Formats: sequence, structure tokens, C-alpha cells
Amino acid sequence: MITGFGGFILVVAYFIPATQGWSEVATIWFDILASIAFILGGGNLLKIHLKKVSDQSAGWAYSLITVAAFLITLFVGLFKIGVHPSVIYPNYAWSGEYRELGSPFWWLFEYAFKPLTATMFSMLAFYIASAAFRAFRAKNIEAILLLVTAFIILLGRTFAGVFLTSWLPDVVSGLRIENLTIYIMSVFNTAGNRAIMIGIALGVASTSLKVILGVDRSYLGSGEE
Amino acid sequence: MKADRILKHKYIFSIIRVAIFVLTLLQAISLSPPTNLKVSDHPWDHGDKIDLIWNIPYDILPFVKEVHIYSSISGKNDFQLTTIVPSHNTSITIDKLTNGTDYIFQLVSVGYSGEHSAVETSEIATPEMQLFDGNRFWLSIIVFLFCGSVVYWINHARKGKPLKIRKIAGLEAVDEAVGRATEMGRSVLFIPGIQDMNEIQTIAGLTVLSRVAKVAAEYDAKVEVPTRTSLVMTAARETIQASFLAAGRPDAYNQDLIYYVTDEQFGYVAAVQGMMVRDKPAACFYMGAFFAESLLLAETGNTIGAIQLAGTAMPAQLPFFVAACDYTLIGEEFFAASAYLSGEADQLGSLKGQDFGKIIVGVGIIFGVILSTIASAIGAESALGSACQTSVDYLTNVILK
Repeated sequence: MITGFGGFILVVAYFIPATQGWSEVATIWFDILASIAFILGGGNLLKIHLKKVSDQSAGWAYSLITVAAFLITLFVGLFKIGVHPSVIYPNYAWSGEYRELGSPFWWLFEYAFKPLTATMFSMLAFYIASAAFRAFRAKNIEAILLLVTAFIILLGRTFAGVFLTSWLPDVVSGLRIENLTIYIMSVFNTAGNRAIMIGIALGVASTSLKVILGVDRSYLGSGEE
Repeated sequence: MKADRILKHKYIFSIIRVAIFVLTLLQAISLSPPTNLKVSDHPWDHGDKIDLIWNIPYDILPFVKEVHIYSSISGKNDFQLTTIVPSHNTSITIDKLTNGTDYIFQLVSVGYSGEHSAVETSEIATPEMQLFDGNRFWLSIIVFLFCGSVVYWINHARKGKPLKIRKIAGLEAVDEAVGRATEMGRSVLFIPGIQDMNEIQTIAGLTVLSRVAKVAAEYDAKVEVPTRTSLVMTAARETIQASFLAAGRPDAYNQDLIYYVTDEQFGYVAAVQGMMVRDKPAACFYMGAFFAESLLLAETGNTIGAIQLAGTAMPAQLPFFVAACDYTLIGEEFFAASAYLSGEADQLGSLKGQDFGKIIVGVGIIFGVILSTIASAIGAESALGSACQTSVDYLTNVILK
């Protein structure tokens, strides 16, 4: 009922100006729920990993590191360790900015969190190479088309590719690899992308309607009779 | 001689008088303010717009460069320059006003040398909020048609009439994937995306999870669900518990297998990758919204030799899943998964209703392409070309806006 009522109100609020504030209120309610859920998530995290440590199950050392990192960051951030009071409120110890330059929390963010995130992101480059090596095989006509297109696009985005076809006269400049790349991306890729987006939009609308009307309640753990 | 001199002086004085008259006339013409100024509330809006219409006399128009529009709340008399429009504009809609507040507008013609005309002041106008947002009229029609179609086909399916749905290879492979995990004695990994419960893809992912969990319960396989947000963790626990109950295996449900990892994107990926490399699940399901981590997860799954099924509505991530996974549900196939796997008449009917939306889109595209092609080929000078161009403009700027 809450789902159906809330969904209906949000749809109505989109079309009736007087009710537009209701959708903003609903968004704020969700934000409040999500914020409270952080506590739930933190508690679950501690429970799962402390259990692994106490049971000394496989990989318990990673759980120990997770718990330690969680507690240290929580303690340092929550109590603003090493943060100087704000100049506006010098008598209040916790009035400073929690990410003050040079503070331990800032240090953890700059020298632990950011390098780790960058490391994970940089792995993508290697994974793209391995996925391309495995996927781009000329097994059938569609695969050959995919391979040739990928080859044109990849080469067209490099200086070497531009150099290779720069000798083509202006009359056939459309065959230069950088122009072919632009053409493929702006025509074929855009067309395919838009077709997928249309399907997605219709799927989203249909799924939302099923959820609002209560036709599909499996995400709530019900619906089986 | 004297008479000639007098005549000559009279002649010169006449020329001077005419020149002064012409200069005065020119100055008078360029400084005339806009006329027939009318203000009214913009219809069907949020109460934040007012329409202004005015005239600039035809003989004065060549000397006017632009029109300055000033506005003030009635009674305060602190006019601020609101906007400047070219001289050929004779109407404008002023927005970002406050609903229910009285406004007064002043218009001033400005010449090419910077000279200003007298001020033309309007009557008091009050923007009022209407019952319906007129900008979304056509959208409401389309939504009504689409929703009506879905509801109609759901009722049609409830009457027991059979509906034909095409085979989706990825969904046919769910049983195979879970069966493989059972045979190998390993777990099934299910990732319902990395967005929160307010994202429709996450809800679609959880509906697929309920079906996968039911099959896993029947096959006695373990389903592990690491989540990125705690709300999704709670919802996933409810979903899986109900699925295990429906399969008659409530004792096999273990809530510790559905756990929260972290809200941080790459922290979550690192944790899941580590789990995948250590526990080596035999089947991996990626159903929901993903971003950069899609390829990281899929390639790790490839490394451990798992069968992988993916489904997402993020177009940028689809190529990665198609390249790295065994089966991929593209766009609307992902949203159809729940209906397909359940086989329930209600849900299959909604898929049919969705097809009506595709018909509307298809007709619109064909119609728009034909009109646009005719307008481009013939040109806007001819009557047919002009009509086609006007239709295309109406389609793009009004209906599809």
C-alpha cells in the first residue's frame, strides 16, 4: 500500500504544480531512511567480520583488517581527532572542518583511500585489454563486423591511426580513419544506443507500473500464493 | 542684388528649418516607446510566468535596436532590468516569478546610438498556479495511453488467454547456472547492482533474485548476495527468505549470506573480487545498475571460470557485459526477466502492454523521419515543405519536449 500510494502521489505530483512539493518531501524521507540505514549497515559489517575473526574461518585476516580500518576511520572522523577549532567558534573543540588539511582523517583520505581507489580504477585498463583479446575473434560474420569496427574505432583515436590515413586526398577525406570513427560513433553507435534507451525507458515505465499496482511484489518477498 | 541676397538667405533658412525638422522627427521617431503593451498570466504553468505582448510602430522599427524590459513588485517601485530582447520580438514570457505576487513591467525602446525612449508601463499582473502543467500535456497523454495499454493487457491475460513471449537465452540459462553451482558444490553469487532501493534497476534486480533464490532453494544451492547499501541488504534478505519459504526450504535460509559491504564503489568491488577469487562461486549473476565496476567483476568471474549472467539498463556498461559474460540481458529484457521467469499471466500481460509503447514510438519515428525528409528535400519555401517543417518543429519542440 505504501509503495502504491507513494508511487501514485509522485506521478500525480509531476503533472500537478500544486503538489510538486510532495515529491521533494518524499525524496527527503528516503534520504532520512537511507541515513538511518547506515547504522544498520555498519552494525551488520561489524557482526559479519567479527564472527569471521572469532571463528577463524578462511580469510579471517582480511576481516580483521576491515574491522580495524572501519573502527579507526570511524573514531578519527567522528571525534575530529587532530582538527583545530573553527576561527568563528574558537571555544568549541569540534567546530572545525572534519577534513581539515593535515588532520588524520584527511591523511587517511589522501594517502590511503585515494590511492586504493585509483589502483582499482586503473585495473580497468588491463581488464579491457584482456576482454578485447578474448571477445574480438573472427568466428562468424557478426564477430568479424565487430572486430573490424572495434579496430577502426581504437585506431582512429590514436595519432598513429590518423597518421596512417592522412595521405588520403580531400575528395575521399571521409575514408580517413578519424572521420570514419566519428561517422561510426555519431550514426551507427548513436542509433543503437537510442534504440536500447527506448527499450529501457519502456521497461522502466512498465516495471514501475507493475510495482505501483502491486502486480509484482517479489522484491518485497511476497507474491507467492 | 539686395533682393537676391535676401532670397538666398531665405533659401538657406528654409533648408536649415527643414533639416532641424527632420532631425527632430528622427529623434522623436527613435525614442518612441513600445505601444499596446498587454500583460497576462501564462496559462497552465506553476504560477511563475507572465506573458508580455507589445507593438513597435512599423515606421519606428528601423530605428529601434532592442527593447529593455524592467520589472518590479507592485508597490515597491524598484524596477530592475529583467531582460533585453531584439526589436523584432513583440512578445516574451517572463519566468522565475513568485506565485500570487503582483508585478508591474516597464518597456523602453533603445536606439542604435544608445538613446532611450520614454517608458511604457504595464498594468499589474499576477502569476497564478494552474491545476495542470501545460508543458507536460502531451507527456500525460502518452503516459495515459501506455499505462492504459499495460492495464488492459494485464486484464486480458487474467482472463486466461495465452500470450506468446519470445525466448530469452539468458533467462533460459538461470536453471542451468544454478544447477551447475549445485553440481560443483559451490555457491551462487548474485549482485543486485550498486544503486540504492530508489533505483528501478535495483528493484528489477531483486525481482530476478527472488526467482533465482527459489531455484537455488529447490536445488539446495547457496546464494550469496553482497550489497552496496544496507537498504538493499534488508530488502534482499526479505526476498530470499520468502523465496526459500515458497520453495519449502525455510531451514536452508541463512541471512548471513546476504551482507552489507561498503557504500564506496571501488571498496565494494575490491571486496567482491576478493570473495570471488577465494570462494570461487560457480555462477555469477549481475542484475542491476552498474558503472565502472562492471568489467572488473565480469573479468574476475571469467578468471575463476564461473558461468555469468548479466542484466543492466546502463547502455555504457552493456558492451562490457556482452564481451565478458556468457549471457546478457539487454535493456528491456532485464525488466522483462521477472515476468518471464515467473510465467504469471499478470506479468506477461504487462509485457504485451509494453509493446504498445513500442508501437507508439515506432509510429512517431517513422512519421517524423518522413516529414523531416520531405522538408529537407523540398525545402521550406514550398507550401508542402513548410507544412512538413512546421509539423516536425511541433513534434520536436512541443510533443517530444
